[in-house]
Amino acid sequence: MIEPRAAVPQAEQQQATAQAKVSVRELNFFYGAAQALFNISLDISERLVMAFIGPSGCGKSTFLRTLNRMNDTIPGTRATGEVLIDGEDIYAPGLNVVDLRRRVGMVFQKSNPFPKSIFDNVAYGLRINRLTTNKTELQDRVQQALEDAAIWSEVKDRLKASALGLSGGQQQRLCIARALAVRPEVLLMDEPASALDPIATQKIEELIVELKKQYTIVIVTHNMQQAARVSDVTAFFWLGKLIEVNATEKMFTNPNEKLTEDYITGRFG
Amino acid sequence: MTTPPPSLPTPTSAFGARVRAWDWRRALSPTGNTGDAVFRAALFACALLVLLLVGAMIAAMASNSRLSLREYGFGFLTSSEWNPVSGQFGALPFIYGTIISSLLALVISVPISLGVAVFLVEQAPRRLARPITFLVELLAAIPSVVYGLWGIFVLAPLLRRYVEPPLQKWLGWTPFFQGTITGIGLLTGGIILAIMITPIISAVVRDVLAAVPVTQREAALALGATRWETTRVVLANGGPGIAGAIILGLGRAIGETMAVTMVIGNRAQISASLFEPSYTIASVIANEFTEATEAIYLSALVELGLILFLVTFIINAAARLLVWSVTRSTSGTARA
Repeated sequence: MIEPRAAVPQAEQQQATAQAKVSVRELNFFYGAAQALFNISLDISERLVMAFIGPSGCGKSTFLRTLNRMNDTIPGTRATGEVLIDGEDIYAPGLNVVDLRRRVGMVFQKSNPFPKSIFDNVAYGLRINRLTTNKTELQDRVQQALEDAAIWSEVKDRLKASALGLSGGQQQRLCIARALAVRPEVLLMDEPASALDPIATQKIEELIVELKKQYTIVIVTHNMQQAARVSDVTAFFWLGKLIEVNATEKMFTNPNEKLTEDYITGRFG
Repeated sequence: MTTPPPSLPTPTSAFGARVRAWDWRRALSPTGNTGDAVFRAALFACALLVLLLVGAMIAAMASNSRLSLREYGFGFLTSSEWNPVSGQFGALPFIYGTIISSLLALVISVPISLGVAVFLVEQAPRRLARPITFLVELLAAIPSVVYGLWGIFVLAPLLRRYVEPPLQKWLGWTPFFQGTITGIGLLTGGIILAIMITPIISAVVRDVLAAVPVTQREAALALGATRWETTRVVLANGGPGIAGAIILGLGRAIGETMAVTMVIGNRAQISASLFEPSYTIASVIANEFTEATEAIYLSALVELGLILFLVTFIINAAARLLVWSVTRSTSGTARA
């Protein structure tokens, strides 16, 4: 096994020389007695898209959810090691988890809009975190988020309509808008297009490429073509272990590890 | 497959149903299968039986209250005089007592029930949630006469000694807490009802909240929501189901007889004060049915029963309508 920390991709050397946005050190994660993640160490650079690939149950979603401590909601889970965001350990006792989750946004596999209007969905995060001071500002931020999520033109005439009336692809972009509205520093995406048709998927992918100009994005995907299309860096997980991290181009043409190559070429998984 | 020659007039082609005149199996079941047809007929009979029962009850009550309906007409609902000796029958005090005691029960019970349900679903560790759920459901199984006894011997003295005097002291200037303190009256009736409907409402709300998808909670949490804010999202999701649970509790409170009869004081009067004795429709029917020797007396009691039935029916229909209109505008949420 290679030393993942040494695998800072050459193509991204320039960006990577800046301090990593997220820095994971020897992370282990347990569901009760079962260990799901083994000694993961990984750096995620700012304003890049990092994709996690690997077969089902390899721990990539679990790992993603450790980055905003979403696993805390599952009883009996435990993490050891360090996850540093801007040098601050998010598992340090006394850390404000609510504040962390505002800084690290998340988009889920299945779109999960609230049973509220389109506007109220996007405004939710702004309201609960009291990020705006007046109505005009709130409206501006909502519009900005919807524009960033490339859905503004489709919903601008029916902001008061229920979000549940939107199509699956629109709902997912609405959820992205909702996550973007609070301007997170990192955006986690857990298979955001797996439940969508190819056209909606393409829109989400274009959106991801657009969004990386402003955000640090981590995306879990089952679709290797998708990882190749949208990401700059790819990490391959297998049985709870991080096997390889590399520039996406290198990963898909000439990976360092035999296991990665076998997976990518479809010999297993 | 070979198709039969078109000249042949036999009606048994591969799609014979079109040719056949009528077949009871096909009339009963789209598959035309004998078993399915019998199954469907049996189910239909069960459903029909319920409809017939409701119809028969309305018919029986309407016909048995004919005398009083003809004698008092609409005035039965608006008259507050109930004097069987002089032959005066007015239902207003009972309607008032029924509605006020039930609303009082809801006002007390709903916040507590929501609290119990939210605690069980959102906060309690599983080790604690199981036994509490069991106990809550056990409360619903206690016979109402036991609640009544407890009301007379425990609740009423407690209220008389420790609750009602301070209420009168601090809030006595409002019309609701005036009069003599006896421990028996509208307030006690409302509280006993609240205790009786809390397990029902909280059990249904618990199921409703448990049915709210985890993804909704995660969506809120991922945006930096606190536990309280996440709970509000969950409650909003369960809105229609919670409304249904409350209506279920209200229906139970309105129809509850024994426990209320034992603590409400059974006096046909309308008073704003919650300390005053009152009377409910169900209580008066239970208390006076055996004494009703005259035809008109009996008829008036049956008409009270009809009113109770209609009140319950209207409340349930209104609740359905409310739930339906809410679910229609935000379809896809959990419902009871």
